[in-house]
Amino acid sequence: MTCLPSQSGKKLGLVIDLDACVGCQACVTACKEWNTGGHMAPLTDIDPYGGHVDGVWFNRVHAYEHTTEMGGRTVNFPRSCLHCETPACVTVCPTGASYKRASDGIVLIDEDKCIGCKLCSWACPYGAREFDTDVGVMKKCTLCVDRIYNDNLAEEDRVPACVAACPTGARHFGDLGDPSSAVSQLVAERGGVDLMPELGYHPTNKYLPPRAHSKRAASVAAPALEPVRAEGGFLGWVDRMLSN
Amino acid sequence: MHPAFSVVFFTTATGAGYGLLALLGVLGGFQIIPPDFWLGLVGLGLSLGLIMAGLLSSTGHLGRPERAWRAFSQWRSSWLSREGVASVITFIPTGLFSIGWVFFGRIDGWVGIAGFLMAGCAVVTVCTTGMIYASLKPIAQWHSRFTLPGYLIFSGMTGSMFLNALLHGFAVGSKMLLVASVLLTLLGWGWKLATWRYNDRLEIPTTANTATGLAGGTVRSLEWPHTEENYLLKEMGFRIARKHGARLRQITQLLAFALPVLLLAIVLALPWPLTALLSLLAAIVQFAGMLVERWLFFAEAKHTVTLYYGR
Repeated sequence: MTCLPSQSGKKLGLVIDLDACVGCQACVTACKEWNTGGHMAPLTDIDPYGGHVDGVWFNRVHAYEHTTEMGGRTVNFPRSCLHCETPACVTVCPTGASYKRASDGIVLIDEDKCIGCKLCSWACPYGAREFDTDVGVMKKCTLCVDRIYNDNLAEEDRVPACVAACPTGARHFGDLGDPSSAVSQLVAERGGVDLMPELGYHPTNKYLPPRAHSKRAASVAAPALEPVRAEGGFLGWVDRMLSN
Repeated sequence: MHPAFSVVFFTTATGAGYGLLALLGVLGGFQIIPPDFWLGLVGLGLSLGLIMAGLLSSTGHLGRPERAWRAFSQWRSSWLSREGVASVITFIPTGLFSIGWVFFGRIDGWVGIAGFLMAGCAVVTVCTTGMIYASLKPIAQWHSRFTLPGYLIFSGMTGSMFLNALLHGFAVGSKMLLVASVLLTLLGWGWKLATWRYNDRLEIPTTANTATGLAGGTVRSLEWPHTEENYLLKEMGFRIARKHGARLRQITQLLAFALPVLLLAIVLALPWPLTALLSLLAAIVQFAGMLVERWLFFAEAKHTVTLYYGR
């Protein structure tokens, strides 16, 4: 049923730190690798080695130049499904293929019911849904629903593939419906924001804006090298011989 | 938005078909038009033909058309599903009205009631089509107070133009209907001009700033996530029309509004069968013009996802 369920209060989602993201695309490839064999498999590639490469991806990283009076900076910006609280992509679905889970708020597609009318992708302001022209159905981020509850994985691996892959810790996963959770506290501390809040979709995922510019030089310079202490014994003799 | 021909033809053809159906139902119900066998057969056949061709064309837009039956299930939340349900329900009074008119040669009594029901269902179906577009918040040009009335006006306009051609074709042309067609076309023209004016001055609150959560200053796209156009850009980043938009708007005004009005004005001064010929020509020219109008409706609509690509 594409009517929105009454929510249990649990809102699983991501928190993305735009200050830490370096745009390495590790989350993009990790997502593709996991999900092309996962719940919504395959993530079809069309003409992958040709001149008109196309294909389905759940996560895409843009780069922007943000210029203010404080100066300009490059901001890398990962974009994926925000698992909105009021997702119009679900309510416009004519077949009931799109649904929002009552238990954890994840927005999913039942591919066996999807007729490929593409209306849900029109209803999503964020471009989170991509049509698979090969299979003829719509596809989207599952928040790695086949990882986060997977008893076959070690507990530390039960996070979305993008989160597990991020080398800078720019992606955080957790329950944003619980104000005491680590992700909720991070959002409160860093002033996390909703994307396009004026459209009223109430996205679950939050973005942490880059921190303010600092006038100071980097405070993490490496300590100066110390002179090597003279070694005695055999190694000292080798050192002296080679130094001559 | 990408103007897929299947959808452009679907909305234009079903609009004209339901408009014609509604007018046949109301004018038949009030017994203003004669229950002539051939008029009924051709009139109802034409409207059902337009509707069926449109509905078949719309399934061409689907990735899995063999599952289209599932689209009748979610009428509680989805305007697309409501459109499907409304279009099927419309066939019930349409069937009764058609049987009454064509086989029993009568449009009074229960047949007339079926005609009114048919007209009501046709109007509801056109409303559901309009609401599919009007309800989409990411597309500001569609999510406006102009969209739903536009669909209703254009449906009535093209429907009355076809009915006028039909009546003249059977030599029972009515000046009243001809004048109504002209007035509806002028109303449509005015509505389209007002819609374009509104869209051209539209200030959309959603910007690259709110899309990325980066407050203040300017946000410029440095690099896309991919080198080739992807589904999002092919489906929602369509741009060609903005270059040719002004010219296509002129063509729309000429074909959909100006020429049909001119042709119908000439019809007033001509004898039968020239009236039938020019009335038919006016209907066909207007239909072609409305295809251009509907193409522009898609091509000029800007989806918020384009903000992520600096478009």
